[in-house]
Formats: sequence, structure tokens, C-alpha cells
Amino acid sequence: MSAVLTEIPRETKTADRDALSRVWRPRPGFTGWLSVTTHQQIGLRYIKTAFFFLLLGGVEALLMRLQLAFPNNTLLGPFRYNQIFTMHGTTMMFLFAVPMMEGVGVCLVPLMVGTRNVAFPRLNAFGYWMYLMGGIFFYSGVFTGSVTAAGWFAYTPLSGPQYSVGKGVDYWAQMITFTEISALCVAVELIVTILRMRAPGMSLNRLPLFCWSMLVQSAMIIFAMPAIVMASNFFLLNDRTIGTHLANPAEGGDPILYQHIFWFFGHPEVYIIFLPALGMVSMILEANTRRGIFGYPAVVLSLVGNGFVAFGLWVHHMFATGLPQLGEAYFTAASMMIAITSGVQIFCWIATIWTGRLRMTAAMHFVFGFLFIFVLGGMTGVMLASIPLDLQAHDTYFVVAHFHYVLIGGALFPLFGAFHHWFSKFTGRMIDERLGRISFWILFVGFNLTFFPMHLAGVNGMPRRVYTYPPEMGWQTDNLLSSIGALMIAIGGAVFIANALKSLRAGRVADADPWDSSTLEWAVPSPPPAWNFDNLPVVSSRYPLWIDPEERACVVGMRDDRREVLTTTVLDAAPHHRYVLPASSIWPFLTAVGLTIGLICAVFAFSGYWLASLLGLIGFIGWFWPPRHVEVEP
Amino acid sequence: MNAFPLLLVSQSALEPGGTNASRILTLGEGMVFLLGIIFVAVMIMAVIPLMRRHRGIEQEPLERTHQPSEATERKLAIVVGSAAGATVVILLGLVAVSVVVGKSISTAGMPSHALTIEVTGNQWWWNVRYMNDDASKIIVTANELHIPVGRPVVIRGMSNDVIHSFWIPGLQGKRDLIPSRVNTEWIQADRPGNFRGQCAEFCGLQHAHMAMWVVAEPEDKFDAWFAHQGQDAVPPATEELQRGQQVFLNSACILCHHIQGTEAAGQVAPDLTHFGSRMTIAAGTLQNNKGNLAGWIADPQGIKPGTKMATVPVKSEDMQPLIDYLESLQ
Repeated sequence: MSAVLTEIPRETKTADRDALSRVWRPRPGFTGWLSVTTHQQIGLRYIKTAFFFLLLGGVEALLMRLQLAFPNNTLLGPFRYNQIFTMHGTTMMFLFAVPMMEGVGVCLVPLMVGTRNVAFPRLNAFGYWMYLMGGIFFYSGVFTGSVTAAGWFAYTPLSGPQYSVGKGVDYWAQMITFTEISALCVAVELIVTILRMRAPGMSLNRLPLFCWSMLVQSAMIIFAMPAIVMASNFFLLNDRTIGTHLANPAEGGDPILYQHIFWFFGHPEVYIIFLPALGMVSMILEANTRRGIFGYPAVVLSLVGNGFVAFGLWVHHMFATGLPQLGEAYFTAASMMIAITSGVQIFCWIATIWTGRLRMTAAMHFVFGFLFIFVLGGMTGVMLASIPLDLQAHDTYFVVAHFHYVLIGGALFPLFGAFHHWFSKFTGRMIDERLGRISFWILFVGFNLTFFPMHLAGVNGMPRRVYTYPPEMGWQTDNLLSSIGALMIAIGGAVFIANALKSLRAGRVADADPWDSSTLEWAVPSPPPAWNFDNLPVVSSRYPLWIDPEERACVVGMRDDRREVLTTTVLDAAPHHRYVLPASSIWPFLTAVGLTIGLICAVFAFSGYWLASLLGLIGFIGWFWPPRHVEVEP
Repeated sequence: MNAFPLLLVSQSALEPGGTNASRILTLGEGMVFLLGIIFVAVMIMAVIPLMRRHRGIEQEPLERTHQPSEATERKLAIVVGSAAGATVVILLGLVAVSVVVGKSISTAGMPSHALTIEVTGNQWWWNVRYMNDDASKIIVTANELHIPVGRPVVIRGMSNDVIHSFWIPGLQGKRDLIPSRVNTEWIQADRPGNFRGQCAEFCGLQHAHMAMWVVAEPEDKFDAWFAHQGQDAVPPATEELQRGQQVFLNSACILCHHIQGTEAAGQVAPDLTHFGSRMTIAAGTLQNNKGNLAGWIADPQGIKPGTKMATVPVKSEDMQPLIDYLESLQ
């Protein structure tokens, strides 16, 4: 390693902030805004857009709860209700949860590993534009009457051309193409960023746990997303637009094969959403217990294990379809195994809390809320892995309760915790802790009030996805409580938004490291400059900010007249070579626009794919056009 | 306001009336108990540090880091390792128990001498056929199953359009009805009673109104019911009822509905041969009485928006005879 280190010229000057600023500042004007490629800007755009979709999905949830508050309610008819629950699930899974996690990853990972940007900045920008356009395209269906009512899972034949007329399902299937492209872009660039652009000395066993979780999540995206392309695009869209009958039982197609492929994506999707949240919990705990997470290797192995096992249990969504028993037993075992890897992390966190010096910030409130809700959701998850119980609980409100416990508890609460924890890093102001705690308590009580009664409604026989129910079924109390709880969640969300807006304007100005944390993102000013680090850091510990400031080292000799970063080796993070990141460019945006036009046309005529290819090709030519002055290495 | 004053509504997995549902409930109770204890234990462990004196955010500054001693870490490793080991053992136990119970409720665990009933899902009602080696003894009905108490019944589940799921929580877990496939499960009632169930796989607009009833009755009562269902429809006894029959046979009703012993031979809607003996109309949407039936015939789309039941124009003076006739089909 030292041999490689010496190759870096050591005699050069310290960084020149003016020079860095000249190289990294965004181009002016509207086209400059469209050309941005810095990871913080792109990451924040992801987060803001995803938050907007969270609000949309939340409004849809409230509408459903209003409809179900009373038996035989006629607020929404069956068609509207079916559309709204489809939109709710789709929005939350594809347009909120995954992009939000990716946004946080894009924001934090380069800072945590100590580099200046993600490995492929233009790809990053392109991914964001595809996501944004996919979301707009999907919701444009509301105005053209093309909203699917076939559920977010779009089981055939119900979602097929015979039973779902109109363009709603096509819009849905093509929207997935957009979010998929976006997710794959982020996955690729985060993997390369984490594996090849870590600060010198940050060997893999010193990688912050959040980066580990993003690494595993990104790898999962790469394996899971092709399956959903297969299901939504190859099976469903082709069946609907060119009559392939791949999933149409009337013509020899197989609806169960569609389900297998859908859930081969659909189950890992859940872990794609919640692994980054586990990473956030680890980081928040580390900062607020003043110690490294107990059992770091065990936590890392659990994350990796989660990633593997997640691909082996999709069939537990299909226990009622009548598959062979021996196979079902395997999937029961695999589904329960996921409780081991999750359990190990919970135990390690509790051990960390026990032996640390606890500081109860607002973020920590959300972490404790997460522990309560997520562990409870895990328990019902173990129950659902058991085939006999699943055969009763499957597709009832028990399942609705379960996955909201694991997804809201497992992902949204850590995410809100992360908002409070990292708010200062990206806004330069501290978030109001008192309001944060208030919003936590409203959300926590509201959440349990909404979703706990659903367990009871479920075991009392209430199926999912019903737009109404008769009064004599005995479900009205549970449903009314759920609806009241949903209103409470809305209030909690409003307090949270109010807090964010207030703190943005009038919060205490934050210094670089308000929590005395351990990781590199806290070494730079809040908000960080576009180039992140004046001098790239060198790391000699898993907790680089907890060692004496005098012993901290940095890389010198990096050129500051171009967007230069240092790549390092995969395992030991020994310096490897200089890597020049491309300049800002409007071509990712233009390419995304071209592909969007083509993909939208493809919903109406298959030849749209030729248009997409052509426009995409033109975009890529512009994108990869070499810069006029190629610098020759001295 | 109770739409089903006469029917004992039971669609709860917590009130089992059959072997399989009881086994599942016992397993569920055991798991809730065990997992509940674990949950409480984990929560207590997580909350204890909060009980100790901890620092609020305002009480800065803290020591910069606090890395516990090697000895503490070793002790922790033992505790955490044991907890993880215990998790593995408990989960293995749960897998084993689940597989055993799963086998007992599957068709592999079914006693012999079963009655076979074919249930076909349709948007949004259930077609029911009692299978018999003698084809003339096959009986067809809809949305209501009668089964003898204490005798296993095999359900052969199929679908005519989209995927549905057959689910009677008081008797057994659910089984999807998938077009182009046949799925089987078995149910057995241990006590007489009416068990409600409804479609459990989202099947479109009126998924919410696709219920069915299983009436479990003693063997002799079941045999009588079965023998009666096998017969042709009761011929209209009075002039009024004859008029009602003519209204039915001369309208579009016969394009879809079937009444054994008449010219009505439609095959795409519920069989009405013994309609009057059934408890509900429109797959559990309404209780079966004359008022509800009149409302249903007059405006099916108002009661069950999206239903495939056509709005057949019936002259107002014809309505009463028609209703009387249909309700007379005991």
C-alpha cells in the first residue's frame, strides 16, 4: 500500500478554494440548472421529489381511510377506490420509497467515503430526470383518464387487455420502466463510488455502515430490477400492446409465472427500501451513543445476508396459489431466516445502546420508535412465514398491518430520524429538536392507532382491497380507529413539515459537526461546498473523526483546475489513480427527454421503442462527445 | 340497521367451526404467545437504558467518544451471540411446527370418503357444482354451499375469468382460484352453523361484494337438502306464479340464467333452480327477500356497480308476479 502512496506527488500546494470553486461551480441560468451533476444537488432533488410523492401517496391513503371509516360508505365508488389504492401502493413503492432511499444515498455516500462526487455524475443526473419524468408521466394519467385500477401488483389476467380496458395499466407498466432505469443508474454509480472512490485508508472494514447498506441495496437493485422489467414490460405491456399472450391463460400464457417474476422483484424490493434505513439507524445510533456500533462485522454480515436471503423467499407472497408442499416448506424456512439477520442487527443495536452514552435527540426518538414498530412487524412477519397462518391471514388486513409495520416502522421512521439527524448538513441550520420530538410522538401514536387495529380486522376476516364492507361484520370499530389514526399521522406529518420550513428559515446556524459524529461527512462545512472536501481525507480508523485532529491526514497534490478525484483499490482503499470527472452537461437531461418521448409513444404503438432508441442514441452522442481541449497528462 | 338480521354472521378466523381452522388457530395462538414474550423481552431490553440517567440533547457537552473496555465487549458478545443462537433455535422450531400443521391441513392430511364440490369463481359470484360419478346427479347452485357436519369435503377450485380466492375463515385457509388451473383444498365442519366467506384475491370492481355462505348441517338434513336440490324447479302452483314464470321466460333473463325444468338454460349467471331456498342475493350483497329482490332486478347497477347482471326492463305490473315466482323456487 505504501508503495502506491508514494506515487502521489507530495510536494504540491494545499488546496486552493477559489480554484476549486471555479471548477466545480454550477453553470449559471436555467440551462445551468438543468445541467447540474453534483451529487448533493441531484440527491436533494431526489429527496424533494420523493417527498412530494410521499404527500400524494399520503393523500390517497387518507381518502381510502375516509371511505372505510364507516360501513357501506359511498364517498368513493368501487372504481375510484380501486384506482386510489393502486395509485397509493404504486406511488409509495416506486415513486417514493426507492427514489427517496437513493436520494439519501446519493447525498451521503460520496461525503461518507470522502470523495468529491459519485463515480458517474452525468449518469446520476440522467437517472434523476428519468425518475422525475416517469412520475410526471404516471400522474398525467389522472388528467387523461388513464389510471390503472388493477392493483400495484397488476396480476394477470385482471390487468390484461380483456379485464382492464383503457391505457391505465400501460401507463403503470411503462412508469416502472422509468423508475427502473433511474434505480439502476443510482445502483451502478453507488457501487462504483463505494468500491473505488473511498478515501485512502478506508479499507472495506472501515466503511461506514450506511455505505455498507447502500452497497448491498445497490447490488440487490441490479439483480431485482431486471425481473420487474420482465414482468411489467415484457409480459404485461407486450400482452397489452402487441398481443403476446405471455400471461394470458386463455391463450396458454401463465398468470402464475407472472406472479413468480413479479415477486422475485417484489420481495427484494422491500429490502431495497429498508436496508438503507438500517444503515441510517446504525449511523444515528453511533453518533448518539458515542461509541461504534457493537459487532460491526456481525452487522455487515447481516446486511449482506439480508441481501442474499431476500431473493430466496418471494414465494411467501404466493402460498395460496397451490404450489407443491415441499417447495413451500423451503420458502417458510427462508422467510423465517430473514428474522435471524434482522434480529442480529437489533441485538447489536441494543448492545450499543446499553454500553454507550445515550443522547436522546429527536432523531433518536425516531430510532426507538423504529425499534418498537419494526420488531412488532417482524413478529407478525414470522407468523406470516408459517404457511397455515398465512393461508388465513394472506390478503387480509392482517397483512396490511404487517407490511405497514415493517415499511413505515422499518423505513419511514428511520428516514424521518435521518432527516432530523442530517438536516443541518445539507441546509446549514439545525432542525428544531422540540418540534421534532412533538412530531415524533404524534406520528408514533397515530401510526399505532392506524395500523394495530388492522391486525384485528384481518383475523376477523376482513380482506384487503375491498372498497366497503357491511355493518354486521363487526369491523367498524377497528376501521374507525384506523381512520382516526390516519388523521393523526397527517397531523404529525404537518408538524414535521412545519418544523422543516421553520428551521430552514430560522433554525440555529449549524457548525460542521453538531453531533460530534464519527464519519467524514461531518468533517466538511454545513452545507458542504460543491467539491465536498478541500483536501481529500486519508483515513486510519473506522471512526475518522473520533481520532485526534492532529493525527488526521489528507491527500495533497490533487489538481484543483479540473474535476479530479482519487480512485482507490477495492479492498484496502490504497490510492490507485487519478480520475477526472466530466463537466456539467445538459445532455443527460436532453437524453432523458428523448427517451421519455419514445417510451411514452411506445405505450400507444410498439414503434415508439424505435423512436426511443433513435432519440436515445442522439442523446448519447451529445453526452459522450469529447471535450474540445483534451488535456494531456504531464 | 342490520341487513342480515336472521343470519349469524361469522367470518372470523378466531371462531373456527372446523378441523383445519381450529388447527390453524391453535398454531396462531401459540405463536402469538411465544412471539409476544420475545417482543416484550426485546422491548424491555431496549428501554432499560432509557430508564437510566441519560442526557437530553440540551445537556452538552459529552465526552467525545466512549468505547467500552475489551471485557465489556466480550461479555456483550456472549449475550448477543446467545440471543442470536436462541433466535435460530426458536425459528427452526417454528418452521418444524408450521410444516407439520401445514401438512395436516393440506389434502395430504385429508381423511377418505370425501364429498367433492367444484367451486368456480366468476366476476363477482361463485358457481357451485356437487360432483357425482353419475352425471345426472350433479347438482348446480351458486354462492351457497351446504355441507354435512363431520364429513370432509374437497373443494376443487377453478375460475372462469380472473384470479379469485376461496376463503371460509371459520373452516380453512384460502386457496386461489386460477383460470386454466384446478386448485384443491379440503374443509370439514365440526359443528352446525353458517360460515361466511368472501373472495380474498383482488378481482376487480366488485371484489368487495363477492361473498358466499357455507351452511354446515347434520348429515340427515344435508341429505334432504341434497335430494331436493337435485330435483327440477317447483312448477308454479297458482295463476299468479304462472304469470311470473312467463315474465321470466319471455324476458332476457333466460339468456344468462338457468332454471332446471324450464326453458331457461343460460349458463353464464347463477343457477336459479332453487333460488328461493338461498339466503342471499348477488353473492352475499343482499338478504334474500322479496323487497331486496325487487330492488336488485330493478337496479342492479345501483346496488352493485359494475355487476354483470343486466338491467332487464320489467313492466311494473309484471314485477310482483316475477318476484313471487322466483321466491317460490324453493
